[in-house]
Amino acid sequence: MRKGVLRPGHIQLRVLDLEASVEHYVELLGLHETDRDEQGRVYLKAWSEVDKFSLVLREANEPGMDFMAFKVVDDATLETLTADIEAFGLEVTHKAAGDLKDCGRRIQFTAPSGHVFELYAEKTYTGKWGVEETNPEAWPRALRGMKAVRFDHCLLYGDELAKTFDLFVDVLGFYLAEQVIDPDGNRIAQFLTLSMKAHDIAFIQHEEKAKFHHASFFLETWEDILRAADLISMTDTSLDIGPTRHGITHGKTIYFFDPSGNRNEVFAGGDYMYPDHNPITWKAEDLGKAIFYHDRVLNERFLTVLT
Amino acid sequence: MSDYVITEQHSQQSFTCKQDEFVLKAMENHGLHAIAVGCRGGGCGVCRVKVIAGSYECARMSKAQVSTEQQQQGYALACRLKPTSDLIIECSPSPLAITGLTGVAKAKPKHTEVIK
Ligand code: FES
Ligand SMILES: [Fe+2]
Repeated sequence: MRKGVLRPGHIQLRVLDLEASVEHYVELLGLHETDRDEQGRVYLKAWSEVDKFSLVLREANEPGMDFMAFKVVDDATLETLTADIEAFGLEVTHKAAGDLKDCGRRIQFTAPSGHVFELYAEKTYTGKWGVEETNPEAWPRALRGMKAVRFDHCLLYGDELAKTFDLFVDVLGFYLAEQVIDPDGNRIAQFLTLSMKAHDIAFIQHEEKAKFHHASFFLETWEDILRAADLISMTDTSLDIGPTRHGITHGKTIYFFDPSGNRNEVFAGGDYMYPDHNPITWKAEDLGKAIFYHDRVLNERFLTVLT
Repeated sequence: MSDYVITEQHSQQSFTCKQDEFVLKAMENHGLHAIAVGCRGGGCGVCRVKVIAGSYECARMSKAQVSTEQQQQGYALACRLKPTSDLIIECSPSPLAITGLTGVAKAKPKHTEVIK
């Protein structure tokens, strides 16, 4: 049941070299730098996003994800969800408006998987980059690199998936779109959505908490994925795997790494979801096909290369 | 510019590496698999090695994979490691990088494959 959580809002990533990372996300992914703050953090967004930023980069000693945030409909919802999350048994901390530039107050909590999540209701609305709201052109002409359309989802690795499922489904109002079940009946992967998208957030069972697998950006077509692959070669960027297709979600995809080893994905297409749809189930025995539909085997990196 | 010889102890594989080249990249260019290849960006720790002999420099690496203390003991991420002499190294993937998925076949650390 919907709880007033709208959509993915932003992600803050730690990087070892800020300027090299900005170049990667701007010149290769095609994001736009929208601001910087006194802490030295850089704010970026993809062109079709209406709020001021969806990616925040912070220079640090260890790459990985600081937090991922979801936008909620209004401040009253934020209030209600704060109580609900506390009732679920998690500690909620409060970040004042402006702690992230041009973002309203945020609440933070650590999911049982070990990842920090945030909810917020307000962020400065800057509109889509490079197109008008009235009679908009099809796309802005001044796009660079892969021309990423939007920040789409994250895949995270951690343990306590069952409790994490309860948090996201019962408290935050996500739906289960797809899952991987092992022979003992345990859910070892869960793809959750707030929308018609095949996933807004996904988790895979892993012994260690709080690991980051990838942040994914949407492209329109398979041709765009091939062009992304060309750009990865042209820039000698670290390739993980692809272009290929996932079994889960059926999205067409390519995985690669930012200069600090955080995995990125660009993907196109994929299945859709309504709340009345039964979840799709994949068997753990067929995980290779579920993850990489063409190769039908996992590359070792999929399970072990994390930040 | 000099080429240095890098030798990985477990596999007994050797390859050349240019002075300004990262060891992991040189290994990949030679089509070898002595060291596991991950992110190539100093983040994931699967390419961690211990330098047994030789001198070198390191670009910035994740402290979660190689702490300051470990760095002083000679640990390094091969994807961030540049030789300034011939090197003898030994694979030593970060323990963080070799925990796998529970419930399904675990990915095994690469170095057990190259020992044989
Ligand atoms: S390959 Fe990831 S740290 Fe070297
Ligand atoms: Fe993805």
